[in-house]
Amino acid sequence: MADRAVKLVIDQASKYYETRTGRVHALDRFSMEVASGEFVCVIGPSGCGKSTLLWSMAGLHGLSGGRILVDGRPVDGPNAQIAMVFQEANLLPWRDLQRNIELPFEIRRQPPDRARIDGLLERVGLSGFGAKYPRELSGGMQQRASIVRALSVNPSILLMDEPFGALDAFTREEMNLLIEEIWLETKKTIVFITHSIPEAVFLADRIFVMSARPGRLTRVFDIDLPRPRDVEVTTRPHFVELVAEIKRSIEHKPAARAA
Amino acid sequence: MASVDRELKDTIPTFGKGGDPAQTVDISNWSGLASELSLVKTGAEWAAILLVAVLIIGGGELLLRLYEVPTYIMPTPSQIVGALIKDFPAIAPHVGHTLVELLTGFAIGATIGFVLAAIITQFPFAEKIIAPYVLLLVTTPMLALVPLLILKLGFGYAPRIIAVALASGPMVMINSATGFRRVDLAKIALARSFGASTLQIFLKIRIPMAMPMVIVGLMVGSIFGLLTAVGAEMVGGSFGLGNRLTYYSSLIQMPQFFACILILAMIGISIYVLFYWLGKRWAGWEA
Repeated sequence: MADRAVKLVIDQASKYYETRTGRVHALDRFSMEVASGEFVCVIGPSGCGKSTLLWSMAGLHGLSGGRILVDGRPVDGPNAQIAMVFQEANLLPWRDLQRNIELPFEIRRQPPDRARIDGLLERVGLSGFGAKYPRELSGGMQQRASIVRALSVNPSILLMDEPFGALDAFTREEMNLLIEEIWLETKKTIVFITHSIPEAVFLADRIFVMSARPGRLTRVFDIDLPRPRDVEVTTRPHFVELVAEIKRSIEHKPAARAA
Repeated sequence: MASVDRELKDTIPTFGKGGDPAQTVDISNWSGLASELSLVKTGAEWAAILLVAVLIIGGGELLLRLYEVPTYIMPTPSQIVGALIKDFPAIAPHVGHTLVELLTGFAIGATIGFVLAAIITQFPFAEKIIAPYVLLLVTTPMLALVPLLILKLGFGYAPRIIAVALASGPMVMINSATGFRRVDLAKIALARSFGASTLQIFLKIRIPMAMPMVIVGLMVGSIFGLLTAVGAEMVGGSFGLGNRLTYYSSLIQMPQFFACILILAMIGISIYVLFYWLGKRWAGWEA
């Protein structure tokens, strides 16, 4: 990664929440650097602060400590360079697909880039679905539409918050292939949050493993599987070994605490 | 950044259906009223509906004639329709008066109710303070205030319009507030992530999200408004359909009395159909 420019820096990020039951320490001095065009996965147990981290990168949350830099500039609010893909597609049910995808342009008071949107819709196999409402589409189609929405404004960084967690296994596999293809074509910088280790190994250049709350960085794995990866990759011994190793690194933590 | 945190209430992001306040059933949830008004489709269904109507109306006519029920107790359907046609010129201005009171009072009440709901739900603390008063307005029959209003304002439109506004406004408000409370953090975050302002989030996310409940509120509010308008007319004054009801019953002109009731029923049904249609149009995504 040393040959590529650093796109995203997270420097000692900490986050506390004040809740009715007291102070929750969500994120504890988490640091990482992501190169331009790199595909990074963050994994960890539920409630380890992965989403907090991502929302902070998107400028939706402030940090209690530390800082986040995009292209060397600190993130202090939503940034046009960054687009987010949410859990469960997060389409607006009262808008058809076309108007859902045009939402970012509407918000920025720009004319929608029709050529780009049509190209993206075609790319993800949703041509001709513009007049459909989200409820008329399958979960996979909804999530593909939300990826189009995020890419329509041509961000340089794509933040993905467990985007395929609610999909069935087959659709999920399909989406993983699609997102890798899109990444290879567009060379966006992607930070992808998941709690599926195989998904992370399949997609990532590097995997950042987080501990349970407060979320700390415990290990970083380099995934040296050749690109483009296909479904075949998942059956190779090296893939299986990587998954097992990462699984061990996560499982060791609670065992060590219990001892 | 501070404003971002305030907007999102800075809680740990949660997703999914759990903990959605709109899911909780409370006194303000009248959504049952908005459910299925099945649209007639086939000829056979039409035939069945017509048959039942003929049976009920014709049967009523037959029984009333058979047992020679006096007109002052219960006029026959044909007498009622006859009175409606014959006396319509005399009744029509009163329909107009009632509609003026209803539309004006409802427009005022609904506007205030909607705006208040939109504002107070943004400030949970303020909502807690005024909630008991809204509940008081919802549960107290505004009809009870009409004698007082007439004392202050005379027998014109004013007391009736105020009573209608007072009856419909809180209904619109309490339902709209339920709608505005349905905050989907992820959808707000989505808009915010593309740089949406607070106003844009309000217009593009919060209002459409609240729309289904707002329409239920408008429907319930307008029907409460109609009840209150007629009731207020019965209390005092010399015009309006409610006044005609007391007038015709005092003269024991029951066919005319029931003709007025028929008109009121048609106004009520029109209101229901109007809001059903609006609901399909603006909130059909939720069905």
